[in-house]
Order: sequence, then C-alpha cells, then structure tokens
Amino acid sequence: MIEFSLWDIAFDLALAARWTILLSLIAFVCGGAVGLLLLVIRVSGNGWVALFVNLYVELFQGTPLLMQLFLVFFGLPLLGVEVSPWLAATVTLTLYTSAYLVEIWRGCVEAVPHGQWSAGASLGMRYPQQLRHIILPQALQVAVAPTVGFLVQVVKSTALTSIIGFVELTKTSSILTNATFRPFPIYGMVALLYFAMCFPLTWYARQLEKKQTARQR
Amino acid sequence: MSYTFDFSDLGVYTEVLVHGLVVTLGLTAASTAAGAVLGIVGAALASAGPRWVRGLIATYVELIRNTPFIVQLFFVFFGLPSLGVRLDEMQAALLAMTVNLTAYAIEIVRAGIDSVSRGQSQAASALGLTRTQAFLHVVLPQALATVFPALLSQVLIVMLGSAVVSQISVPDLTYAANFIQSRNFRSFESYIMITAIYLILAIILRRLMNVCGRSLFSGRRR
Repeated sequence: MIEFSLWDIAFDLALAARWTILLSLIAFVCGGAVGLLLLVIRVSGNGWVALFVNLYVELFQGTPLLMQLFLVFFGLPLLGVEVSPWLAATVTLTLYTSAYLVEIWRGCVEAVPHGQWSAGASLGMRYPQQLRHIILPQALQVAVAPTVGFLVQVVKSTALTSIIGFVELTKTSSILTNATFRPFPIYGMVALLYFAMCFPLTWYARQLEKKQTARQR
Repeated sequence: MSYTFDFSDLGVYTEVLVHGLVVTLGLTAASTAAGAVLGIVGAALASAGPRWVRGLIATYVELIRNTPFIVQLFFVFFGLPSLGVRLDEMQAALLAMTVNLTAYAIEIVRAGIDSVSRGQSQAASALGLTRTQAFLHVVLPQALATVFPALLSQVLIVMLGSAVVSQISVPDLTYAANFIQSRNFRSFESYIMITAIYLILAIILRRLMNVCGRSLFSGRRR
C-alpha cells in the first residue's frame, strides 16, 4: 500500500488540473469557432436558418449538460461510432459552448446600431464585408467582457466530464479519495484549485466591464 | 451499421420516471424557496450590513460562483461527514443546491438593489418609514421586479444542474435514465426521453414563472 501525504495529493491534483485547463481551452476554441459560424448565419436573417439556430440554442441551454454528455457517450456507439471519453467530452463541450456563445455574441451584434449596416451598404459594401469590417469590430468591443465571464462557466462545466470517465481534476479527486479515504482535504483542495482557475477570469471580466461602463459615460 | 430505435419498452418504467420527476421538481422547488429567501437576506446584508459581514458574504459568493457544482456536492456529501456532519443523499443534494443558488441569488438581488435610485429610499424616510420598512416596502419590490428574469434563469440553471445529484444516488430524473438503461440496455432511447423531459420542464417552468412574475410585479417594472 502506498502512503499519500497531503503534499503528494496536492501535487497530483495540480497535475490533473492541466487536463481541466486543456479541455477548457479546446471547448472554448472549438465552441467559439462553431459559435461564430452559427452567429454569421443567424444574423444573416434568413428565416429558416435563424429558426434552426434558435432551436439549437434552446436545445442546448434547456437540457442538462450531463444528459448531453450521456447521449454522445452512450448513444453514438450504437450508431456504430467508436467514442472515447476524450471525443465525447470534446464534442459535447464544443456544442454546449457554441450554443451559449452564439447567444451572447448575437446580443453584442444587435447592440451595434442598425444604421451602421446601412452606412456600410451605402458605401457599396456587400453583406460579408459589412459584417467583417463594420459590425464585428464594434461588436467585439462589447463582447469581450461577457465572453471572459462565460469562460468561467466553461471551466466549471468540464468537471462533469469526470462522470463519463474523463480523468481531469474532479475525476482525479474521486480516485484519490477512494485510495486515501480523506475526502475533506481533497475536495477542499479541488475547490481551491477550481477557484484559482476561475477567479482570475471573473476578476478580469469585471475589470473589463468597469472599463466599458466608464467609456460609455 | 444501422440502429433501430425502440421506445416501446419504456412504458414499464413509468413509476421510476414519475418518481424521478417528483424528486427533481421537489429539490428545485425547495432550493428555490430557500435560496430566494436567503438570497434576499444576504443581499440586504451585503448592501447595508457591517463591513466584516459584507466581506464574509462577498467571500462566500465568490467561492461558490467560481467552483463547479459537482465539487460542492461532493464536498457536502463526502467531505462533511469527517467533520461529524452526516447527511443522507437527499439532504446533501438539497443543501448543496441551496448553497449554490443562494450565492447567485445574493449577487443578482444585490444588483437589483443597486439599480433602485437612492431617491426612493430617501423619499421613504421622508414619509417617516424606518430603514427596514423602506427596504421591505419600497426598495425590495422594485429591485425584485428588475431582476426577476435573471433570478428565473438562475433557477432553471439550478434545475438542469441538479442532474448531477444522481451521482450521489439521489433518485432524480437522471437517476431514472441510468436505471432504465441498465435494465433494458436501450441507453440512447432512455437518455433521449429523459433529455426531452428536461427540455419540456425547462420550457414550461420558464413560461409559468414568467406569467407569475408578470402578475406579481405588474406596474412595478420601470
């Protein structure tokens, strides 16, 4: 039997936190890409496509992330697709993140006055050009603060992947608890580690928000 | 490879499903009631209490908001017994959900209180109301009317997040899904069905609470 000192446990947890960070980054980058794509087709205004995006958002925001994970992890193998916890976690978190980001960013695009679109059109720009050169740069200024704030939710949501066997911070803490029977210090440390990852983001989002309101005054 | 869906076998498990539904809704309702009351008290203290109380509340809110719910749940269920606090899975789930919702509610209600203009409480004290009366009858109703939608979406997030309590064997909806698929090996079907139930619940709950909110705060929305 191997003895674990609290130091060993803390060290193992810190190592496991790497996977939480990596998964959060993947979810954010992939989810951001999909979200941007959805945003472009959503604001283009075509009725059917807009409806599709709305349903997509409703579906992913109206169901538990855990269920989405289960559906991908246990469901897809039945359709003949081999699914590892890595793949299931990446796919689900990407879809989940994109559904939130498209909604956040849509609000930012709509915050840009409509006259800006018309002004672009009057300069002879076509729709993609208006979006690329006029609307998105302005929307971006508004979007940074809520996006950073949402990153906190992404980091926290990666904890659920432990349930389908993805070995990140939460899963590692369960394994360590089972080996050492010291749940109190372990889950306490895990909470602190998550806090250490999330709080800087929360703080930064708040700074950005303050700067923004100051600029608007 | 093709797969044929077969939902015919799910009828047998109606009882498990209904029980899961009751547990999920019950936990959500109880934690919402407790979280709303504690959130209002917390927000009142956070905006008018002594400095150390404010610091304490701010620390609590930040700690909860920056850690995942599942870790809070595990901490309550697995961690607290070593301090001598032994909770069964229902109590642990309820405690974790309430603690979680309260933190968000405090933040939301506090923002609402901040949004009520100072003139309102000055006008109240000019009419001879005490500070408590002014808060309860003048500031709070306006604050709640402003933040009601935000509180509502937080309640929905808590309901959907409560799927995790199945991990400490609380027999909620998600537990029912796992139970059913372990019996009939129709995992895709049972998860799809339970996911659909969650979606319908979320939609109904939002409609219902919107209606309640409108009648409760009619005329108070600025």
